[in-house]
Amino acid sequence: MAERYAVEMKGICKRFGSVVANNQVNLTVKRGEILALLGENGSGKTTLMNMLSGIYKPDSGTISVDGTPVVINSPEDAKRLGIGMVHQHFKLVDTFSAADNIWLGVEKAGMLLKKDRYANIEEMTRRFGFDIDPRKLVCNMSVSEKQTLEIVKVLYYGAKLIILDEPTAVLTVQETEKLFAVLRRMRAEGHSIIIITHKLNEVLELSDRVAILRKGEYITTVDTATTDEQQLTEWMVGHKVTLNIDRPVVEKTRPLLELRDLTIRSDEGAVAIDQVSFYIRGGEILGVAGIAGCGQKELCEAIAGLRPIEGGKMIHKGENIVGLSPQAIIEKGIAMSFIPEDRLGMGLAPSMSITDNMILKNYKQGKGFFVDRQSGRTAAQQVIEDLGIVTPSTETPVRRLSGGNVQKVLLGREIKAGPNVIVTAYPVRGLDINSSYAIYEILNQQKRAGVGVLFVGEDLDVMMALCDKILVLCHGKVMGVVHANKTSKEELGLMMTGALDLTHKYEDKPAGIARDTLIAEEEEQ
Amino acid sequence: MSAMNVLTLFLFNIVVYNIPLLYGTVGEIITEKTGSLNLGVEGTMAVGAIFGYLAGCYTNSLLVGLLVSFLAAGACGLLFAVLTVSLQANQNVTGLTITTFGTGLYFFVGKGLGSDWPGMQGSSALVNGFAPLEIPVLSRIPVVGKVLFSQNVLVYLGIVIAVAAWFYLSRTRVGLRVRAIGENPAAADSVGVNLLLYKYVHLVLGAGIMGLGGFYMALNMGGSFEGSNCWINGYGWIAIALVIFANWNTVYAILGTLVFGFFNTLQIYSGSLANAFPGPLGWLSAIPSQLYQALPFIITAIVLVASSVRSKKLGGQPAALGLNYFREDR
Repeated sequence: MAERYAVEMKGICKRFGSVVANNQVNLTVKRGEILALLGENGSGKTTLMNMLSGIYKPDSGTISVDGTPVVINSPEDAKRLGIGMVHQHFKLVDTFSAADNIWLGVEKAGMLLKKDRYANIEEMTRRFGFDIDPRKLVCNMSVSEKQTLEIVKVLYYGAKLIILDEPTAVLTVQETEKLFAVLRRMRAEGHSIIIITHKLNEVLELSDRVAILRKGEYITTVDTATTDEQQLTEWMVGHKVTLNIDRPVVEKTRPLLELRDLTIRSDEGAVAIDQVSFYIRGGEILGVAGIAGCGQKELCEAIAGLRPIEGGKMIHKGENIVGLSPQAIIEKGIAMSFIPEDRLGMGLAPSMSITDNMILKNYKQGKGFFVDRQSGRTAAQQVIEDLGIVTPSTETPVRRLSGGNVQKVLLGREIKAGPNVIVTAYPVRGLDINSSYAIYEILNQQKRAGVGVLFVGEDLDVMMALCDKILVLCHGKVMGVVHANKTSKEELGLMMTGALDLTHKYEDKPAGIARDTLIAEEEEQ
Repeated sequence: MSAMNVLTLFLFNIVVYNIPLLYGTVGEIITEKTGSLNLGVEGTMAVGAIFGYLAGCYTNSLLVGLLVSFLAAGACGLLFAVLTVSLQANQNVTGLTITTFGTGLYFFVGKGLGSDWPGMQGSSALVNGFAPLEIPVLSRIPVVGKVLFSQNVLVYLGIVIAVAAWFYLSRTRVGLRVRAIGENPAAADSVGVNLLLYKYVHLVLGAGIMGLGGFYMALNMGGSFEGSNCWINGYGWIAIALVIFANWNTVYAILGTLVFGFFNTLQIYSGSLANAFPGPLGWLSAIPSQLYQALPFIITAIVLVASSVRSKKLGGQPAALGLNYFREDR
């Protein structure tokens, strides 16, 4: 007898208009296993899973649950079949409490909303081994709390198969560890888990088997134990890739951008950046490491002129830029590309085309009353070619592109303006290997051209390989600036949590103050 | 008339004249809580008014009038649902279309009847039904008794509906799902809430309640059809503003109706109030009447500005208000 799978998908096809998202895809999940679904951005992983969770309907192909063929027409059907999905963009009602978000979909719970639902859900979450305050509103939760709530929610509805779409993209290292422990425990309890990811180390660490998709096609499924990073990458991208990040040596210039004792407040009025000093030279990449929410966002916004500065100096080529408008700062050659957690929120207008987004930045250079679409189109075409952006045309709305391509558009537009300082935050957030390396290469090119790059990142391995120096923030304070090739992950980790302060490692010079500073001495007094 | 009587009458009429606003506001709140912005309140009330009134007159029954006004207005809500939910039409445009269509239908029917127009005096049930209903004992309290406890039955019905709607939306599980749809339809969809059913039911229900308000206005106008002015006369638009004033809470809508009604009624009573209290209120007669007419709208504008300052995060406004939802949208 053939093996009975918890879920089996056979010959699944799905197209959106002329785009084939899935072509003849097969997928099987056993009971009590963790299956990693691996593939680049736009390879059809999420589409495939959305067909299991009832968001999309397959054009052809069959789905079986426990050996019985089923038709999944809606999320309700999926729920009834014991399939639950934790979407990449959480499907939670922000203004509701945790309990109400779960209560929403409970079948038999009576007409009225009673107070005992809190106790009921608290007891349930504790039974599953989670820690969630059922009365806490979702809008007051951290990303990791929301994710836990989503997992509790699908468990509460009795899911036997749990699908997680890039769950670690927005988590810190510690939160990821916690999540993995939870997933392992659920596997031990007999749940099947499909985890969509493109972080190879996570695949190898967590999964039992790996299924690989490439451009909508099913490639293979292998046992994790029998494979390695190199092989998985080749399957995923279709050709050999080198997994080394380049760090070209470039002659450095005098400091381009110097920050001295900068203090910035967050939206809530708390001090987000506390007396921070650092500098960026031309031809170097300065990494900024820190636990999420340590003031990185506020720092980037302040440099771009989007956030008022409470105190301190910001000197660009010896010129004060505190208080200048964003437009004036752009004209000085400081570019910012910030990729927020939702990846589309800042910098680009999602429903406008690539051309229009190009024009958005340089419309002031145009002459006359009308928009110069031709030059915008040329610029868009050039960025598409230079960075290898995959898009049907220059007129495609940005939100229709896959994540990597959106980020390339944003970075490409900023580079196009010929800046001398680039502030980039999380440029590879949620990107697959190929796109990530393409982005690193773009940054290295800029570095070779003598641009100073401020790289706010989250992956310490990448930062240690790519950056020249790394600045570590902890609760808005500088913990020190270290040379990327002389430090270790452990050292950085200690600094990020505030356990190690290297600001006065060198007695003659506190960290973050250049010897050849352009801030005049008399100003110092 | 004694000064006290003038004041009592003024307060009494704040309630009598303005209860249709409460119906319109409550109907619109129920609609908006499902995430749909129906700007067709004015037209929906007009349709409910004329069909409810005619049905009530012809059958000589208050109940039939109420029912028909609910159903006729509900049909407008159904039309809105078909266009915006099933066919994904733009909600603003659809709402405006319904206002134009509804008031047009109102004049079409009214003028079409011409001299066959039934007067309200011919229908004892409507006249009696709209007469004050004196609640024993309580109605004999001075001032308060007259203002609060000897109103017509439709006033009480409106308040009952407002309180019931509050309970329904905030204390029942169906209400929880309605609110979820308005906040994040994708979240509600993903846990298996039947969006189509919920949207249709509540759009029709909301529109039906607006229609009751229209019926009330018909009776308040004594059922006299004038070719130049619609009975609803802008109340539908004010109701939309009151939704914001009430922060999408149907109980606050009662308060909003009274605050707004105060200024609305002041327009009519400024003269007599000034005469009755020449000392403290004499200045009322010095204000030109045009200003009183503009006052309700000035207040509306001020209310909208003030509400926009209010913190958005936990305000009552549904986050997905006015946005159509399509499951496969990417």
